[in-house]
Amino acid sequence: MPELTSKIREIARNLLEEGRVEMVIGFERGTMPLRRTPCFVRQKGEVGRLIWDSFCENNLAKYLVGRAEPLAIVAKGCDARSIVELIKENQLRREQVIIIGVPCQGMVDWRGVEAGFEGGEVREAEEKDGKLILKGADFEKTLDRDDFLYPSCQTCTHRNPVIYDLLAGELVSEREADPYQDVAEFESRSGEERWGCFTLEFSKCIRCYACRNACPLCYCQECFVDSTHPQWVGKTTNDSDTMAFHLTRAFHLAGRCVDCGACERACPVGVDIRKLNRKLVKDVKERFGYEAGLSLEQVAPLATFKPDDPEEFMVNP
Amino acid sequence: MAETENWEPKIVAFLCNWCSYAGADLAGTSRIQYPPNIRVIRVPCSGRINPFFIIASLQHGVDGVVVCGCHPGECHYLTGNYSARRKFALLKDLLEYAGLEEGRVQFSWVSASEGARFARVISEVTKKVAALGPLEKLSKTPH
Repeated sequence: MPELTSKIREIARNLLEEGRVEMVIGFERGTMPLRRTPCFVRQKGEVGRLIWDSFCENNLAKYLVGRAEPLAIVAKGCDARSIVELIKENQLRREQVIIIGVPCQGMVDWRGVEAGFEGGEVREAEEKDGKLILKGADFEKTLDRDDFLYPSCQTCTHRNPVIYDLLAGELVSEREADPYQDVAEFESRSGEERWGCFTLEFSKCIRCYACRNACPLCYCQECFVDSTHPQWVGKTTNDSDTMAFHLTRAFHLAGRCVDCGACERACPVGVDIRKLNRKLVKDVKERFGYEAGLSLEQVAPLATFKPDDPEEFMVNP
Repeated sequence: MAETENWEPKIVAFLCNWCSYAGADLAGTSRIQYPPNIRVIRVPCSGRINPFFIIASLQHGVDGVVVCGCHPGECHYLTGNYSARRKFALLKDLLEYAGLEEGRVQFSWVSASEGARFARVISEVTKKVAALGPLEKLSKTPH
């Protein structure tokens, strides 16, 4: 997407030249052909580092927390929704950040792409008209990018940034399909099966907290898992402690999680982290009619209440 | 095993200071009988209960948790129980989604004048947890 790249560079150059921001946060080429890495541009001469393509997977909103200077950020749909939540939670002032919105076609799972080349290493990758052209030492292959989208991108219903100051590129059409079919399917299984499934999934977890560190909404100064006095939860990979960590982590994000999938992408052992998060996303939507990150005005569901909230779950003898 | 034969559920009851704890007190002073399976933890308000308290209780050897607070509209802090109700709804759904049996974690409203209701709530909760048997999931020390 060279036209998006040049548009982002142009916007960044102007912003830095006019002195409206001190830093532009975007993406640059990573050290591997299919990787992009967050990039922090402070000089207008450096805007050439910025790029945009199908591998800009990180949620950059993470880097806005705790900063005081005026900033600009390149934001796709999920980044923009995270920014909305951060503004609502007073982690960021709206006037402090210039949002360069980028309509998103979904990001490509580089692990999935690489898995197709057993033994062969991808050395060069190029993207053209929705195709990925991958070159190795002795092969060249063309793949359809849409076949390798991340799971979170496949179910995404807010691909356009919900707020932005400047827009790079044309708005894309949003999907209409029910995004929670997978949750409903899982709900229909037996409790034993679900527990077994989660136990197996979380047995992979090495408690590195990469999921927490990648999450833009996990900004507590002291996380409950890091506290040693008191020690809320055990620090080993004991099944019970790991489950308690994941349940509590997911619950902390209830009504705040925008389902960007940053946690899952950061996970080094491939835990299906969104399985828990998405249940809460669905539940919050069904119970309280709230979807995180869509509006600056709507009050967070757990910060408010209605006198007649449903209480069908309570014991009433 | 003899131990399993004599097994009785161990249940933690989080009671709000202003209504449910007084309700439990009234049940006692009124000599109303209810199962002795609960261990009471007094909290200032049902809104004080961090969902993690409930998860941690289950980890550390109880078979069930019951949370009681003031009826809607009667909170000493005006809205604590309303906020709690939203949290509890999500927590209960989440725990059951993860595979915990329905009934391990229960919620109810009990006012200070409802000694009899408190006894009924505890009887019902105890009956349900007893039917489920010892907690195996999430426990650090499964039976």
